[in-house]
Amino acid sequence: MKFIDEYQDSRLAKGLADQIARRSTRSIRLMEFCGGHTHAILRYGIRQLVPARVELRSGPGCPVCVTATADLDKAIALARLPGVIVTTFGDMMRVPGSASSLQQAKAEGADVRIVYSALDAIEMARANPEKEVIFVGIGFETTAPTIAASILKARREETTNFRVLSLNKLTPPVMKALLDSGEIQLDGIICPGHVSVVIGSAPYAFIPRDYGVACAISGFEPLDILLSVDRLVEQVEGGTPGVEIAYSRGVTADGNRKARELMDEVFEVGDANWRGIGIVPDSGLALREEYGRFDAEKAFPVSLQPPREPQGCRCGDVIRGTTTPSDCELFGKLCTPERPVGPCMVSSEGACAAYHQYGYPDISQGFESKT
Amino acid sequence: MGDSILLAHGSGGRLSHELVEKTLLPFVANQELNKLDDSAVFEASGRLAFTIDSYVVNPIFFPGGDIGRLAVCGTVNDLAMSGAGPLYLSLAAIIEEGFLLSELEQVMRSIKEAAQEAGVSIIAGDTKVVNRGQADKLFITTSGVGTVSPGVDIAGANARAGDKVLLSGTVGDHGIAVMSQREGLEFSMSLESDCAPLNGLVAGMLEISPRIHCLRDPTRGGLATTLNELARQSEVGIIVEEVTIPVRGEVRAACDLLGLDPLYVANEGKLVAVVDPGDADSVLAEMKRSNYGRDAAIIGEVTSEHPGKVMIRTRLGPSRILDMLSGELLPRIC
Repeated sequence: MKFIDEYQDSRLAKGLADQIARRSTRSIRLMEFCGGHTHAILRYGIRQLVPARVELRSGPGCPVCVTATADLDKAIALARLPGVIVTTFGDMMRVPGSASSLQQAKAEGADVRIVYSALDAIEMARANPEKEVIFVGIGFETTAPTIAASILKARREETTNFRVLSLNKLTPPVMKALLDSGEIQLDGIICPGHVSVVIGSAPYAFIPRDYGVACAISGFEPLDILLSVDRLVEQVEGGTPGVEIAYSRGVTADGNRKARELMDEVFEVGDANWRGIGIVPDSGLALREEYGRFDAEKAFPVSLQPPREPQGCRCGDVIRGTTTPSDCELFGKLCTPERPVGPCMVSSEGACAAYHQYGYPDISQGFESKT
Repeated sequence: MGDSILLAHGSGGRLSHELVEKTLLPFVANQELNKLDDSAVFEASGRLAFTIDSYVVNPIFFPGGDIGRLAVCGTVNDLAMSGAGPLYLSLAAIIEEGFLLSELEQVMRSIKEAAQEAGVSIIAGDTKVVNRGQADKLFITTSGVGTVSPGVDIAGANARAGDKVLLSGTVGDHGIAVMSQREGLEFSMSLESDCAPLNGLVAGMLEISPRIHCLRDPTRGGLATTLNELARQSEVGIIVEEVTIPVRGEVRAACDLLGLDPLYVANEGKLVAVVDPGDADSVLAEMKRSNYGRDAAIIGEVTSEHPGKVMIRTRLGPSRILDMLSGELLPRIC
């Protein structure tokens, strides 16, 4: 297909992989921030194309996974309120909270519906004037502009029964938190493509400057990722870390100003609670005072038990990149996509789900070595 | 309102008879059904295949078909996948109070057309009406019976190392067509469900090679799930080549957008065949002659390695596991 096939061409991929192998002289560790990248890497077998000395480690870029259990419990509690419709992205449905999930709450009678965008939730609010429609806003800088737009639309159209539970998070601050923690040594970061379409490349400048870590912004097709790995290997090997855009068909240095203006209009930056990481300063988006009436937390204060984390679950470590999914003792045994213990096994962007679905590392490698 | 289904239509009384005689029977009339006896009586000999399936699709009308066409094709295909030539179907409808008579007629027209195309008669039927909210518009159950020719032995456990795996055409059309209609996703494309009776295609294939080992229609769970079922039942490994699996551009684009993999998306007019390597080319050629097999391809083979597992050689060259579908297909976030 035009515009996709070009980025999945096996000969070009082989050429890039060979180039990476030629450039690379020593063991390095790269983190793909985004769960979409982890999936593409395993889905297309990129791991097997790149030399083993170039490690690819999954990072925290899965919006569902980083949603704290306490926040999930809040969404479930809201869904159980009478007269409330909770709307959310499909991925959130199955994530286990302390004692339940949105899917479970739905089965027990709560009105929980999947939408593709916050704008769909507004339509639902207008179609159900006797109900309160709450949109559970998760995601990074990618989803925040549309959520902001939906709130502006609700204000413009005087939709009074639409609210947002704002759990949106910001990317550069959590990268800083990971690097500051010193828990994981990284040589380079494959930076998220869609997030960067909005924020541009400039916000990553501190990473090479302050931490000496290379950055390349990548698209989601296999050749995009291989190109990014190539750019990172060159930066690392040459000792010249910087921020390169390896996704120039989508990303500029400035990003999308209009989208950011929408976000700035509606949200203010505040601290956010990340699963596995905890409170990260200035890494979340809260509704500004003048949009307070759209804030689900203010409209419907719910009291919650302290959150309980699932026993033995290492999603937090996986999110921070300090461990790989297959190192978790529950992986594939007690924790499977059918009976997930933690969110990383649920979300389509979760690292554990990707490792499990694509049989990595055991069988893929074993099989490959025989052929 | 005169133009919608009332509870009284299911009461067994005059309105019930009117519904059967005026709305339902005219579309599917045949000598056996017209008798309106308690059961159909028919002759049959040899080995029989018997199957049943229920249809609860939402929305009931979608691009390329509706619940009526689906209910006929699905059961016809289940029979065909056992190598059976379908003979008769029974059909039961559970209708929600308030359902429009005109829509019921539209569904019945589809049932008639699909049954004609498949060459089957509906010889038994039942209708129930339930209170509003107790069903979602219309649920249909069909069962079917067919005959299996001597020498035909098709089963999920029959795949052998060395066999070739054939696919009759593009995957994901039905699932994406229904999903885009249901969710109001305006992809502005001409994509239609592939819903179709495959018994004609299968009959042609069996004429070329009566010793086809496995046939299966990759419906819910998609191609990936079907391949895994066959690998498990036959205790063999299967390896497929991603580049050989036909996927329409619109389906690939929609899947990319939604974060879905077309290999897990439902089909209603496709089949997977596992055949002896010596027969593969001739069966493929026969498939390509059929309307419903024009895009057929050999997509892989059966191996004695990694029994119970399916591997896929990706577009880029390396191989990985192709697992069963887990849970529901849910669209991604960003």
